[in-house]
Amino acid sequence: MRRRFFLSVMALAVMAAPVPALASGAITAGGARGETNPIAITMFLAIVALTLLITWWAAKRTRSASDFYAAGNRITGWQNGMAIAGDFMSAASFLGISAAIYMRGYDGLLFLIGSVMVWPVILFLIAERLRNLGTYTFADVCAQRLKRAPMRTMSACGTLAVVALYMIAQMVGAGALIEILFGLDYSYAVIMVGVLMTVYVSFGGMIATTWVQITKAILLFIGGVVLAGLVMVHVGFSFETLFSHAAANYPGGTSVMVPGGMMKDPISAISMGLAFLFGPAGLPHILIRFFTVPDARAARKSVLYATGIISIFQIAILILGFGALALIAADPAYLTASGQLIGGQNMASVHLAHAVGGNLFLGFISAVAFATILAVVAGLTLSAASTVAHDLYANVFRHGTASERQIMRVAKITPLVIGIIAILLGILFKGQNVAFMAVLAFSVAASINFPILFLAMYWRGLTTRGAVIGGFAGLATAAVLVVLSKVVWVDVIGFSQAIFPYSYPTLFSMLAAFSCAWLFSVTDRSERAAKDRAGFDVQYIRSQIGDITR
Amino acid sequence: MTFRRIDSDIEKRIKANPKYHELVARRARLSWGLVIPLCLLYLGYQLAVVWAPGVLGAPIAEGMVTTIGIPVVFVIIGVLMAATGVYVWRANTCYDRLIAEIIEDLHS
Repeated sequence: MRRRFFLSVMALAVMAAPVPALASGAITAGGARGETNPIAITMFLAIVALTLLITWWAAKRTRSASDFYAAGNRITGWQNGMAIAGDFMSAASFLGISAAIYMRGYDGLLFLIGSVMVWPVILFLIAERLRNLGTYTFADVCAQRLKRAPMRTMSACGTLAVVALYMIAQMVGAGALIEILFGLDYSYAVIMVGVLMTVYVSFGGMIATTWVQITKAILLFIGGVVLAGLVMVHVGFSFETLFSHAAANYPGGTSVMVPGGMMKDPISAISMGLAFLFGPAGLPHILIRFFTVPDARAARKSVLYATGIISIFQIAILILGFGALALIAADPAYLTASGQLIGGQNMASVHLAHAVGGNLFLGFISAVAFATILAVVAGLTLSAASTVAHDLYANVFRHGTASERQIMRVAKITPLVIGIIAILLGILFKGQNVAFMAVLAFSVAASINFPILFLAMYWRGLTTRGAVIGGFAGLATAAVLVVLSKVVWVDVIGFSQAIFPYSYPTLFSMLAAFSCAWLFSVTDRSERAAKDRAGFDVQYIRSQIGDITR
Repeated sequence: MTFRRIDSDIEKRIKANPKYHELVARRARLSWGLVIPLCLLYLGYQLAVVWAPGVLGAPIAEGMVTTIGIPVVFVIIGVLMAATGVYVWRANTCYDRLIAEIIEDLHS
């Protein structure tokens, strides 16, 4: 049980998404549905009311396609920084990483460093060029000089694959979490999440999505930092005291402070590292954030702010993980008869909030954990709606002949369809082990979206043929290797031994994407290939100095 | 005045401008000069966890529980924040000025 739980946490901790992986088996392991906490429900209703108010306000300002997809480019660097941080400071890091530290001590910190690591990479290599080259989706960049229809179709596949995997993992995790936090039935919880996200996106577009995300980011940041502060008060602001109390309650004693156990071989370590380094740089709901700001300067600033906020939050998470060990791991009030945390190990931070802040703080933290889920699924829905309306409908299906009104109609109906599918999948996958979907979503993002986007921006030699074959090679490799690895082959299908021995396919799938893209580009002698290469110079100038035609 | 699109004439004029080449070279130097060491630092840390857990797991001082791995985490996060700060500072002071000048030169 412990092992299986840890795998889910591992998968979930890599995700920017809230509680995706929490295989519900793990989350309900602690036993019965949580008792209804009136303070939590009041605060939760207040947050929902606030987000609906934001949506109503945003709906009045959403008139053009640019408003819907990109908030009319009116988001400032600071606001976008908060929104990006919000996409990343998820229930996965708040609950998942602190639970990983609670379970495994130092090894849990690997997720923590990984979550900060990607931001400088995005800033130095992607952020400004993405803003300079794209308008609404990252496919704008891929299709700039390469052939429109195949590139947009492929980027849409990459986007929808990531969104679908994320969404299922999240719906299942969200339903289980809400069941525990608020005592609401799983199916109702899933329906409520689906309805709210559809309302935000369909009516308020990117403006509502961004402001819901900012609101949640502020609440979560305050909640996490205050909670960490209260823990530090308990230990007299001494890390040494914190760690020694934690070690006293840890089954392995001071080994809580020593890495090892989780990472046994260098291939796994590198593969996981690559998933962290490049996965977020291929997540569609993160990439579309860069189109909401007016220019490259604001894009760059937003990463700076996001990095600062995320870094501080991750340090708070470190304190929460060890704090939970120090303060609640030996307190029978929070444990079941078998010594597990009530409601599952993932509840470490939630119980900790009760231990140091009482019922009021517990209610606040529960409500914020829920708001976090809503905000991230809204971002996912918006990125899917953008790719369907802008890439598939307007550019591939209608070849750029659709009117703005027609495009807007598609953009507003798509969230409804996505909402219905998400609710059905959430109910269908109830109680299933969906840990692998989290790993897969992350690996797919690092293996199709990132390599093609990166090569399109940086490598003159990339041709349409190379990009399409490379992208699908990355997708196929990631999918097949995840199925053959332990999370699916053993945990879902039930074989005794995994064929692919590592947890992350990223090292191999990224290699497949890059090498196929290279091979099928350099051997491409077609007329189209000559055009693809000839377009590089103009694109490169634009990526450097921005769009001077604006 | 704005341009309808980058045609071959504008492309030639930008490419002939030494400031454009200065911008490209400086930006590449800084980006890759920061990104490669950071990736090596991170992957190195991942490998240290596999190959030398005892080093990261050694107490920072005799009789203490806190291990060397803890300050290492703080240092890595600090380095990442500092690197983003350096990049944004350089970009704000240098690149934006060069870009404005390149566009200015096009109008003259």
